[in-house]
Amino acid sequence: MSGMDGIDSQITCTGSSVDKLPHLKGNEVKSYSLPESHGADEILPELNKSSLTNPDILRYSRQLVLPEFGVQGQLNLSKVSVLVIGCGGLGCPVAQYLAASGIGRLGLLDYDVVEMSNLHRQVLHGENRLGMPKSVSIVKTLQKLNSSVIYLPYHMSLNPENGLQIIRQYDIIADCSDNVPTRYLVNDACVLAGKPLVSASALRWEGQLTVYNYQQGPCYRCLFPKPPPSETVTNCADGGVLGIVPGIIGSLQALEVLKIASGMVPSYSGVLLMFDALEGRFRNIKIRGKQNDCAACSNSAETAILQDYEAFCGSSASDKCRMLSLLSRDERLSVEEYKRLLDDHIPHILIDVRPQPEVDICQLPHSIHIPLKGLEQKNEKWISFLRTKIAELINTGNRVEKTVITICKLGNDSQIAVKILQEIFGNEVDLFVVKDVQGGLMAWAEKIDPMFPRY
Amino acid sequence: MRVQWFCFFLSCLTRRVLRGGAELLFDGIKQHQVTLPNQSNPWDIRQLLVWIRHNLLKERPELFIQGDTVRPGILVLINDADWELMGELDYQLEDKDNIVFISTLHGG
Repeated sequence: MSGMDGIDSQITCTGSSVDKLPHLKGNEVKSYSLPESHGADEILPELNKSSLTNPDILRYSRQLVLPEFGVQGQLNLSKVSVLVIGCGGLGCPVAQYLAASGIGRLGLLDYDVVEMSNLHRQVLHGENRLGMPKSVSIVKTLQKLNSSVIYLPYHMSLNPENGLQIIRQYDIIADCSDNVPTRYLVNDACVLAGKPLVSASALRWEGQLTVYNYQQGPCYRCLFPKPPPSETVTNCADGGVLGIVPGIIGSLQALEVLKIASGMVPSYSGVLLMFDALEGRFRNIKIRGKQNDCAACSNSAETAILQDYEAFCGSSASDKCRMLSLLSRDERLSVEEYKRLLDDHIPHILIDVRPQPEVDICQLPHSIHIPLKGLEQKNEKWISFLRTKIAELINTGNRVEKTVITICKLGNDSQIAVKILQEIFGNEVDLFVVKDVQGGLMAWAEKIDPMFPRY
Repeated sequence: MRVQWFCFFLSCLTRRVLRGGAELLFDGIKQHQVTLPNQSNPWDIRQLLVWIRHNLLKERPELFIQGDTVRPGILVLINDADWELMGELDYQLEDKDNIVFISTLHGG
């Protein structure tokens, strides 16, 4: 086995490889010794190992003595390649335990770079890796853990062009992605390529895990033929996630991959694991078998990779926040305009519409807090509080235009709030105008007050 | 007839409308134990969904029900099994049945 290839392929980040790593261009280039990022079209050599070496025996001795696993399990593992799609909260524990246990080859794919807000759950990156591609960062960490595994970082997003090409090159696929279009794409490509798919997800205090497309088991589309309406999908930035939750679910995901790779029977094909961390409850649910009318797997000869998964799902293939545009430009204030209004002491009300936990993190001191939910429900307590404030504003002596301004984290909810306020106070709009702050508090932190917390 | 049902794992319903998670759809309650009124024919899931919609859903019912069934992305479990194995909408409820609505998660 070409066990040291991983290290030999380490290169210093020079001009040619920077081109593959657009996030490190220009002045962001640091003198990292970077594992080389790989392309979708690269043909990977077969993994071939007929016996364990003495260092292998020493390293893996504690699992070699397990009768269910043993020498044969270890040899099987060493001949298997696994593609980890997403090097985040799930991808880290999956890759970590597979690398430690001696998997043959690990492909690590992620389009994103390391950010500070990742580190509470994406525990293989680190403070010195900010801005580095996650696929590269994770390989740097894994090489320290087990240098005998072959690692291939892919710094790219999976798309209908490269998806099938990459997935065909691996034996088992671990879906550790964070968005709906990628989950459908990965499923369809796995069906087409005939690869088992170990799929996990986590959000807030909850996690789910199951195995798709294993032998005659169901695929993702058997269970979910239609994507959920995009407004019902929450990402980790909006919904939050406790770092330990993907840690637990990702560890179980690694276990499922290891079972399949070593020749054991997986536990979660046809079974869905649900984990509720708040209640400390695990549930195993028996799910339907392969569906005869499944668009993907009922006749895999006819399965096709769609042209556009983002259109199919009505959402973006990343977990970055979307930007709404409900308001016209003159119904919005830029943070600079708002700053000027403040400096000129123009009377106004600033309504912070974020939920309480976010207001507890930070707020502008002169803002009043009315959560969007209170406005949506036209909650009497909040509305009468608001009426009092507006009456005070209108009665202030000076004649300038009176403005009620809404603000939130990024400038989406604040637009919804403006719409609701226009509806509630429709008859009184000649007394004041309602606007929101474009880009919200995060734009304020970026452009006006660098001391304001970002989250 | 007493039917226990949970709104379990529904928290990834829309953030915009239901900040704290979709248990808010049902007024913040994750777990309901309900006694359905007696009727001549046995209750089935189709009727249970209608009953839930009229009696428990506080806002935005379309985030839970579309047409006469649950919206895409919600999985219904009857006594810890996928409802597809149990007859889906036609499953006839029995006393002390446990119905769970889960919503798929996509974060990672």
